[in-house]
Amino acid sequence: MDQKGAPGDLSHLREEYHRFAAKRYLFLAGCGILILILIGIATTLGSADLTIGEVYAAIIARFFPSVVESTPLASTIVWEYRLHRIFFAIAAGFGLGIAGAVMQGVLRNPLASPFTLGISAAASFGASIVIVFGIGGFANDIAIIIAAFVFTLLATFGIYSLSRVRGISPESMILAGIILMYLFSAMTSFLQYIGTVDQLQEVVFWTFGSLQRTSWGKLALVSLVVGLCIPFIMLRSWDLNAMGQGDQVAKSMGVDVSRTRTRLMLIASLVTAIIICFTGVIGFIGLVAPHITRLAIGGDNRFLLPASGLVGGALLLTADSLARTVLAPAIIPVGIMTSFIGIPFFLYLFLRKREGYW
Amino acid sequence: MTLSVRGLSFSYGDREILHDVSFSTAPGEVLGIAGPNGCGKTTLIKCIDRIFEPGGRVEFGGKDMADLSTTEIAQLIAYVPQALTIGMAMSVFETILLGRRPYIRWSVSDADLERVSAVIAELAIQHLAFRKMTQISGGERQKVMIARAMVQDPSLLLLDEPTSALDLRHQLEVMELVRRVARDKEATVLMAVHDLNLAGRFCDRLMIMKEGRIVAMGTPSELLTRELIRDVYEVDAVISGESGYLQVIPVRPVGEITV
Repeated sequence: MDQKGAPGDLSHLREEYHRFAAKRYLFLAGCGILILILIGIATTLGSADLTIGEVYAAIIARFFPSVVESTPLASTIVWEYRLHRIFFAIAAGFGLGIAGAVMQGVLRNPLASPFTLGISAAASFGASIVIVFGIGGFANDIAIIIAAFVFTLLATFGIYSLSRVRGISPESMILAGIILMYLFSAMTSFLQYIGTVDQLQEVVFWTFGSLQRTSWGKLALVSLVVGLCIPFIMLRSWDLNAMGQGDQVAKSMGVDVSRTRTRLMLIASLVTAIIICFTGVIGFIGLVAPHITRLAIGGDNRFLLPASGLVGGALLLTADSLARTVLAPAIIPVGIMTSFIGIPFFLYLFLRKREGYW
Repeated sequence: MTLSVRGLSFSYGDREILHDVSFSTAPGEVLGIAGPNGCGKTTLIKCIDRIFEPGGRVEFGGKDMADLSTTEIAQLIAYVPQALTIGMAMSVFETILLGRRPYIRWSVSDADLERVSAVIAELAIQHLAFRKMTQISGGERQKVMIARAMVQDPSLLLLDEPTSALDLRHQLEVMELVRRVARDKEATVLMAVHDLNLAGRFCDRLMIMKEGRIVAMGTPSELLTRELIRDVYEVDAVISGESGYLQVIPVRPVGEITV
């Protein structure tokens, strides 16, 4: 056995771990700064012809009207069109990123996400019912949101109940999720088949995902729900880490595995539901943000969970900003854009770090 | 601390795996559990750790395991399974640190890091500490998992076939390590073993199981006899002491038609 300089070796290892952890804090800080920069850029982007000066004047004038002057037009565009959309993109991206990381951890499966578990399919079905059989008008928009939300939670309880019959395991949850995904997809396809051309178009558009209809009120609601769920999720980081070693080992380390798995799945689904009921299906963030993060800083959930949220926020904001500008004045649905910008980035990391990932 | 198992039984559905298993161990003892496939070794280990909830009583250090929380049990008992799952993108150091889970609420203290570092040094795997779990060999992984169990500071260490995936050198290293844990920490070690030669060499006592029951318990030299091997494994064997250690050399299955 190697006994040379044992005490020296110990402090060496401890310091190396501290350096290891410091890199992760650095990554978190870097993501935070990146998001701030992206906010700064995104506020200046848009189809309206505002200079950078006018944009920032409009922002500052809201807080210090005596210091800076702004035009009503600039103020309206920045405050009523751009800012809530930007912050909504961050909140939604954060929620989808962290929910994806939770699902991948809980199910010990790198392919798990709200999309692969049928949760998004359920939301689409909920929205489709209202679009095809709805009454039209303003009430219809609210009905779509409620239906999407309700069906998302229904799917979650469906996954839970189905897998309970076989015992709550990653395999049973994934299989139950896949069953529900096909069921809801088939029902949505049926609605599309019987719907009119206009309805079909609206359903399809909903499934692309969009941040077109955000508002300060919706932003507040999403931020509140995501904000309340974060501490609950983060406090279970160690349990999630332990569950990565297998259920029985996690149990031997003191984790109540079934209860933790069930609760985290419900929370992650709730976070997903409150976001996609407003935006439609944005599938890519929940799947890929955790992967990008894991490739960058490894799998310790204490860091992985918040960092996946930040990466998700940055991804969605970048995607939406590009979606608003590349074909301006036309706006591409953000669900399409997230894949276009996320995939090259993901591919780069995927190909560069071949070893030591899964 | 003393482990005392009384009238333990367990069933999967209506198939009974363990029938009325009773035994006890002394502190610092290494007890090997041997027996043919499906005799209930693994199930017994999982029942003692309350991964499964058995009938009967399991007491350790005078405490009934059924009365303790999972975290309290985790502070007393550590478990290393036979099939290892390694988690997504985890380094060796982080994996071992997981063993501190029963003691950590959120942040990692210097004491936790010191404990992990000490075990890493003890196992002489410093060079692997910040490698990913996917980048090390099967034998190294097994050592990491035992290290993870060691930083849990258990008074009872449960090992399921700790040497089954290892080459000869790693087998000896892991077994010597297990002996050292038992001696230095006065921890009781209970391990399922297939290899009777290793069992005979490294265990203080052996427990032989068949079809969910204990058929014999005693020192290796008492138990590893031609008759017992024949009864339990249905194999004709030669027992040799030539190497200075007891050796069981299986010759042929009993009752098989020979060509």
